[in-house]
Amino acid sequence: MGIRFVLFVNKQGQTRLAQYYEHVSIDERRALEGEIVRKCLAPSYSLPLLGSENPGFSSGRYLCSFVEHRNYKVVYRRYASLFFLVGVDNDENELAILEFIHLFVETMDHHFGNVCELDIMFHLEKVHFMLEEMVMNGCIVETSDVEVVEK
Amino acid sequence: MEQLRTIGRELAMGSQGGWGQSKEFLDLVKSIGEARSKAEEDRIISRELEHLKRRLADPDVQRRKMKELLLRLVYAEMLGHDASFGHIHAVKMTHDESLPLKRTGYLAVALFLDERHDLVILVVNTIQKDLRSDNYLIVCAALTAACRLIGEEAIPAVLPQVVELLAHPKEAVRKKAVMALHRFYQRSPSSVSHLVSNFRKRLCDNDPGVMGATLFPLYDLILEDPNSYKDLVVSFVNILKQVAERRLPTSYDYHQMPAPFIQIKLLKILAVLGSGDKQASGHMYTVLGDIFRKGDTASNIGNAILYECICCISSIFPNPKMLDAAAETTSKFLKSDSHNLKYMGIDALGRLIKINPDIAEEHQLLVIDCLEDPDDTLKRKTFELLYKMTKSTNVEVIVDRMIEYMINITDHHYKTEIASRCVELAEQFAPSNQWFIQTMNKVFEHAGDLVNIRVAHNLMRLIAEGFGEEDEGADSQLRSSAVDSYLRIVGEPKLPSSFLQIICWVLGEYGTADGKYSASYIVGKLYDVAEGHPTDDTVRAYAISAILKIFAFEIALGRKMDMLPECQSLLDELSASHSTDLQQRAYELQALLGLDKQAVESVMPSDASCEDIEIDRNLSFLNGYVQQAFENGAAPYIPESERSGAISVSNYRAQDQQETSAHALRFEAYELPKPSLPLAASQVSISTPNTDLVPVPEPSHYKEGNQMSRSQPSGDSLSGEFGVKLRLDGVNKKWGRPTYSSSSTPPSSTSSQQATNGGSGSEVGRSTSSQARESSYGSKRQQGTEVSAEKQRLAASLFGSSAAKADRRGQAGRKTAKESPSTEKVAIANATPQPAKEQVIPSAPPPDLLDLGEPVSSNPPSADPFTQLEGLLGPASASPVLSDAPASSTSKTPDLMSIFSDDVQTGVTGGTTEPSLGVNVVAAKKGPSLQDALQKDVAARQVGVTPTGNNPILFKDLLG
Repeated sequence: MGIRFVLFVNKQGQTRLAQYYEHVSIDERRALEGEIVRKCLAPSYSLPLLGSENPGFSSGRYLCSFVEHRNYKVVYRRYASLFFLVGVDNDENELAILEFIHLFVETMDHHFGNVCELDIMFHLEKVHFMLEEMVMNGCIVETSDVEVVEK
Repeated sequence: MEQLRTIGRELAMGSQGGWGQSKEFLDLVKSIGEARSKAEEDRIISRELEHLKRRLADPDVQRRKMKELLLRLVYAEMLGHDASFGHIHAVKMTHDESLPLKRTGYLAVALFLDERHDLVILVVNTIQKDLRSDNYLIVCAALTAACRLIGEEAIPAVLPQVVELLAHPKEAVRKKAVMALHRFYQRSPSSVSHLVSNFRKRLCDNDPGVMGATLFPLYDLILEDPNSYKDLVVSFVNILKQVAERRLPTSYDYHQMPAPFIQIKLLKILAVLGSGDKQASGHMYTVLGDIFRKGDTASNIGNAILYECICCISSIFPNPKMLDAAAETTSKFLKSDSHNLKYMGIDALGRLIKINPDIAEEHQLLVIDCLEDPDDTLKRKTFELLYKMTKSTNVEVIVDRMIEYMINITDHHYKTEIASRCVELAEQFAPSNQWFIQTMNKVFEHAGDLVNIRVAHNLMRLIAEGFGEEDEGADSQLRSSAVDSYLRIVGEPKLPSSFLQIICWVLGEYGTADGKYSASYIVGKLYDVAEGHPTDDTVRAYAISAILKIFAFEIALGRKMDMLPECQSLLDELSASHSTDLQQRAYELQALLGLDKQAVESVMPSDASCEDIEIDRNLSFLNGYVQQAFENGAAPYIPESERSGAISVSNYRAQDQQETSAHALRFEAYELPKPSLPLAASQVSISTPNTDLVPVPEPSHYKEGNQMSRSQPSGDSLSGEFGVKLRLDGVNKKWGRPTYSSSSTPPSSTSSQQATNGGSGSEVGRSTSSQARESSYGSKRQQGTEVSAEKQRLAASLFGSSAAKADRRGQAGRKTAKESPSTEKVAIANATPQPAKEQVIPSAPPPDLLDLGEPVSSNPPSADPFTQLEGLLGPASASPVLSDAPASSTSKTPDLMSIFSDDVQTGVTGGTTEPSLGVNVVAAKKGPSLQDALQKDVAARQVGVTPTGNNPILFKDLLG
């Protein structure tokens, strides 16, 4: 299956975009998003013993961009105020997913021009369309041209 | 391309009438964006949903308006609120003629509905129709929807059309058709099994996008059955070669890397195809070598490809040269400052050691760094690596580490996993029983509720049976040390139930065995356990049985022991318990107290848990009783088989039941009367010993009352009941490794150590284990322990296993490290705080820097955009922006700008800014990003999102 879900979450943990590739009920989504956000956005949370030794640790910048959660992995990357989280199966190449996130952000930037959180909020459907072009059952298309035309 | 984009944009503008978002929508987005807490957000959405309900009920909503309402529904569901009342409107929108509306409809349906939802049937029809459309974009939209919404039952409805579309002239359609088929394959492999040849055909598609898409279904198919696709190895290798040689259009490049995602997928496929196949692997070496040589270790994506190469190499038939290259790259990963790369390195190492375990040794210090890293993910990955390389020589260190880590984690899922791994490793490699018990105690103490109850039974059995050797002294040594440690632990709060069961059983069985503790002391402890867990019947049952045993042993020794008053009240309470099991045990205890010494001795023989209980299946001890019955005129018992009449008793009974339940008329003849008397007699005879505690030679009735404690070691009869027999046998053999000799461990020293060591079970484990190791590879190990740097020691114990040579070599090689362990430490300490910075600078081309997020580079502009805004917003400061921006850039105006200008024209201005600014801003697209951000800000203000400080970051560029 590869990619299981794509989530955009801002610093406050508010969801900005959510796309699941297997249907998940609303309640489960809520729970899942809560858990993941807690894990990825505040990595020091899970390290009660060591967190204090590292000032600046709370920003989470020293940590891996990968978090194991339940039976899959979450690859996340932060751009300004937004966290992009992608849930993948265990056999997925994490670094590649990390770069895929970047590619997606570049694509959005290409389309919106200096993309910001507000762009995504105002044009939620377009971001979804772009994602649809790039991810179908797994990640595929990469040329940014195609989807712009398709609007 | 630029042209296309312009056309696209104009198209979109035309159909949507200039991004016609209403004030309402903007307000919603604004308020969500500014919401500062989840609760506030929830309030906004609830209000919104009420509003939407009213709006949607209106029969003549404009189509375009409807799209917006749908998006608001999407928002509501995305933020976790049920908006099912609006789902039907999403379905309706898929019928719309206009492409954007149709797409939005499909999108909303896909987001709202599960493929099994009833409403989806309505969409299937629409998809069918759209697949036949002349407009390829509509076909694309339909195919995308098919990927999300077509469930197993609906596949036949669209399959023929999708297959037809595989030959569509537009590559976008072909690609999506491939993916739709892939989806159908995932849903129901049999539905498309006859179409597999199509995938092979599409692999040769002219369009690299289609080819790339085809790799996904092929990968799944190959995973299922690699042998049917061996003929494709050469094709895949060729494609990979072409991709690596940059034969694909540059639009597939990503950060100067040719089509990296296609390369990675191809490598995954090759890894599967080459696994264990020398010939197939032979084709791959050259291209893999090429990729390694070209490998770009400076960028993430380059490393991603290299990592995939390592995976591939470790999976296919091993080739020494390739392995060397892989090992070299792995060490680069491990030495990197980036945690992500270290993570990949650890993973790669885990793969390589399967082929060549020696590779790990070169990186021992790096691995230990990772193990001690504060990064949780990295730590876990390292534990996974250690788990893979555990041997009997390093099991103690590894399991100790694992337990130490396990204690501190809260994640249930992972704790369960690591606990079961500890148990598995301990069972498989345990160097001594002593160590095994200590380790198990720790696991139970901290994760007792997460491990299989079978493990608890194993442990009890081990304590009971001891080493299975003739050395009685060591056995009792083991037991009393177990008792010691349990008495220490038992008072602690919140012990898991299964651990308490073990404790109770061991205390009952061996608490007084060595005479160190008085019976009343043990009973008091057991009473505390029973009293402290009023809701856990199993624990209470164990506790009460243990008390019973203590009393029995005391009585058997001829000592009189008084029941503690609180204990008596507990007994009274249990006698009236809802649990019949507890009642039974309480009554048994009370009955036992009244028996004399002989009776007690035979009912509860001391330390008899290991005796084989002989089951007298003939019930010969009842002979006398039966004889007596005969003499009194009872009819002899006739075995079932010899009874006249074809139906066995069980059948008969079944019929009987049927009869009573059905109450129907019977038409066939009645059976012969049931020989009831003998049967009844035998029943009575069986139950007799149960009712009047006669001292029978075989305490078999205890099986019922006393389940675990008595009956467990009885072998055969119980293997069925607990299902542990097989397992135990295996385990038993694993213990007692050849090098370990219990006699070499002076019992006295061990016990004194234990006594002094207090609660730290690990210490005990370690002391014994180090003794064990000394005996196995003596001096070398000692040397390792004496080196001051703890890390060195750890490394030696983890990796030193594969003989002293490694250690020697390592010592020579790491001389500097050894001589100055402190400086090394310092260096590491220095390195850790800055990896983020270093990681990015060498490893990424400019856009990658953005990953740093705000704290480093983008902070200055973001720190206070609004104060800067104040200054910049005036017409004076806006004009330079205007002057250096080419007019032609208008077409690239960010969308917000158009909202803004739109609003300006319609007069819905925010107020403070002059209308003329709008024009300035529109023209100023090419300005620096700070300006740009600020302008967006202005636009946002215009539409009503007041950046009064609630959420300034909303306006920040994600990139830059």
